[in-house]
Amino acid sequence: MGQKLLMKGNEAIAEAAIRAGCLHYFGYPITPQTEIAHYMAKKLPKVGGVFLQAESEVAAINMVYGAGSTGTRVMTSSSSPGISLKQEGLSYLAGSEVPAVVVNIVRGGPGLGGIQPAQSDYFQATKGGGHGDYKQIVLAPSSVQELYELTVEAFNLADRYRIVVMVMGDGILGQMMEVVEFRDKEPIERPDAPWATTGHGCERSQNVITSIHLSPAVLEKMNLSRLEKYKQIEEKECRYELFNDEDAEFFIVAYGTVARIAKSVIETARQEGLNVGLIRPVTLWPFPRKAIDKVMGTAKAFLTVEMSAGQMLEDVMLSVCGRKPVYFHGRMGGMVPAKEDILQKLREMKEQLG
Amino acid sequence: MTHEIILAGFGGQGILSAGRLLAQAGMMDGKQVSWLPSYGPEMRGGTANSSVVISDKPVDSPVLSNASALIVMNKPSLDKFEAWVDKDGIVIIDSSIVDRDVKRKDIESFLIPATKIASDMGNTAYANIILLGKLIQERQIVTLENFEKALYVVLPPKKHHMIPEEMEALKIGMNYADK
Amino acid sequence: MAIIFQKPKALKDTSMHYCPGCTHGIAHRLVAEALDELEIEGRTIGIASVGCSYNSYDYFGCDMIQAPHGRAPAVATGVKRSKPDSIVFTYQGDGDLAAIGTGEIVHAAARGEKITVIFINNTIYGMTSGQMAPTTLLNQYSTTTPYGRIADLHGYPIKVCELLATLDGPAYIERASLADVKQIKNAKKAVKKAFQVQMAGLGFSMVELLSTCPTNWGLNPLESMNRVKDELVLHYPLGVFKGESLEV
Ligand code: SF4
Repeated sequence: MGQKLLMKGNEAIAEAAIRAGCLHYFGYPITPQTEIAHYMAKKLPKVGGVFLQAESEVAAINMVYGAGSTGTRVMTSSSSPGISLKQEGLSYLAGSEVPAVVVNIVRGGPGLGGIQPAQSDYFQATKGGGHGDYKQIVLAPSSVQELYELTVEAFNLADRYRIVVMVMGDGILGQMMEVVEFRDKEPIERPDAPWATTGHGCERSQNVITSIHLSPAVLEKMNLSRLEKYKQIEEKECRYELFNDEDAEFFIVAYGTVARIAKSVIETARQEGLNVGLIRPVTLWPFPRKAIDKVMGTAKAFLTVEMSAGQMLEDVMLSVCGRKPVYFHGRMGGMVPAKEDILQKLREMKEQLG
Repeated sequence: MTHEIILAGFGGQGILSAGRLLAQAGMMDGKQVSWLPSYGPEMRGGTANSSVVISDKPVDSPVLSNASALIVMNKPSLDKFEAWVDKDGIVIIDSSIVDRDVKRKDIESFLIPATKIASDMGNTAYANIILLGKLIQERQIVTLENFEKALYVVLPPKKHHMIPEEMEALKIGMNYADK
Repeated sequence: MAIIFQKPKALKDTSMHYCPGCTHGIAHRLVAEALDELEIEGRTIGIASVGCSYNSYDYFGCDMIQAPHGRAPAVATGVKRSKPDSIVFTYQGDGDLAAIGTGEIVHAAARGEKITVIFINNTIYGMTSGQMAPTTLLNQYSTTTPYGRIADLHGYPIKVCELLATLDGPAYIERASLADVKQIKNAKKAVKKAFQVQMAGLGFSMVELLSTCPTNWGLNPLESMNRVKDELVLHYPLGVFKGESLEV
């Protein structure tokens, strides 16, 4: 490993993107992720890249669509209300299979909501916030180090599958500083992009990037071929972390910042005679169902903790599929679940289940 | 050993940068660290706080709901965070702004008129450093050597000429005899 | 036998789906001729928009991207900024460019993006069957102004060339007409010049082409051409609005 720096989450994302060879960034200001734009505006011109502040979120995602169409590594970032505006573009990117990386540093909603951390964009991110049958890979880092590593990985995944990869954090992850240890050389995979619209140079046939297919039969076929790709991703790209999973009875399922808080509960719980493990999904789509299966032997119950009204909860319930009870604790609007409240919930579960 | 430190006050008092300095110095001491600021409109004149964790083991959660140490630079912050301090924890208060001591008996407190001392030195911006000095003196959270190095990293180059004075302010805080 | 007339190389050898008397075909041809004459097809990337010409990539032979409604200038920006040596054009109708895409066109122009915009103004939404467009004239009937466009209710038509010419970003803006041979010849020059401006890196260029929509105007092709000549030009005067003295 190379250089170690104390860095803000947002800056680590920007630095990671540049290291991954993303020299094009299009964005629009919104709290709490503007440091990404600031960093890009400062750094990109120095490395021969392009930073452009777009006139709107809608324009920004379409600039991403244009640059991505030429096979260029490109990124935009925003926060919840801005990501809502980008949904049209995300659907087009999915429909025309143009790779891109989109960062969402989530804040409380709905509407303009607040600017404090939240996880209430889970449905939008994992179930397709735009129109049509489509998926995007959603990565959920839980430390600044992971923001860096997963952002680099996001570009590789986007190119490998010609898909949009969303890096989803929250206001805390974006704003906090932790130590990042940078690799000397990034593991960059860049497959050829014979599909890209770069000008045919009178040497090959025309490339067209489009998502419109007015024939129902053709459109269904396009969808089916994408489903095939999504299936492959589900098989190969599920990522998760298990903690204290050997013989735990109660499993907290949490991602991002909340997983960090959950982890800090486990030691205290043990002192009270509560044997608690943690399942931390790193990919939210594809959701790591395997992780749930894996602990089903010892697990008595699951507790999903989120900064939302219970969105990932539905995926947890689908994965548990009635085999064990699933409980939920959530805070909203920028409120962060407290250790003590999680502990209390675990105590109640133990009492109820005996 | 894990230090969980909350620094709180008004925006503009250097609350966020004081936290960053601790985290930066902690990292240079070879510790695991995290720094979490409050963000948003608070930064423009409202209340501001930052949470710093400095530990020998990986930091579980950067989000604190209790603290082993508290530095406060205004009264609302003391009112809010006093209850968060662990038993036998430490509270450092800027007594030129906050007009009371802690109410609890199971925690240790130090009252230092930091803003006044800093103003006598000619720059109220040193108040946060004076308070940090006392904390470092009492709890050995970071080494002096790396604190000084951290100043060079955290402060923009155009302020580097102030660093000797910052270190002086730190020492005034360290040696301040209270009560 | 000598060939005296053929399709430009930059147009594919397929028949077009446009209605009889529609000037889209002519506009396509002018663009393709410019690409041929300037020998730039190989490095050109076209941006199709939403409207009757959504599938212009079936006709143009260069690489093409189909953009969301109104967003073609933003997509073009992304392409041009990531491939500065390419030639990038958008092909947009009045609903696409001057209603849902107003933000994108104004800002691309203001930034002086080095792209070429071909703007088809036929004062109506074609593909969705004849609704009022931002360019619909006062008193003009449409399916959403069944009693005519009334200023009090629907506001006034937008003059895009005049609007964009107030900005510093654009290098070249001209309005031309496709109503008769003479005007088409002028339009051809304008389209070619717009691409030359881009090739010379001078800034944003746009040609507005006054066009027909016989289908939704309820006129036959000849009447449609006459409407452009007699009525449209009164409200949308032809000429160069920016960059008249530009040498390319
Ligand atoms: S509807 Fe109008 S614009 Fe569309 S193809 Fe027909 S005539 Fe042309």
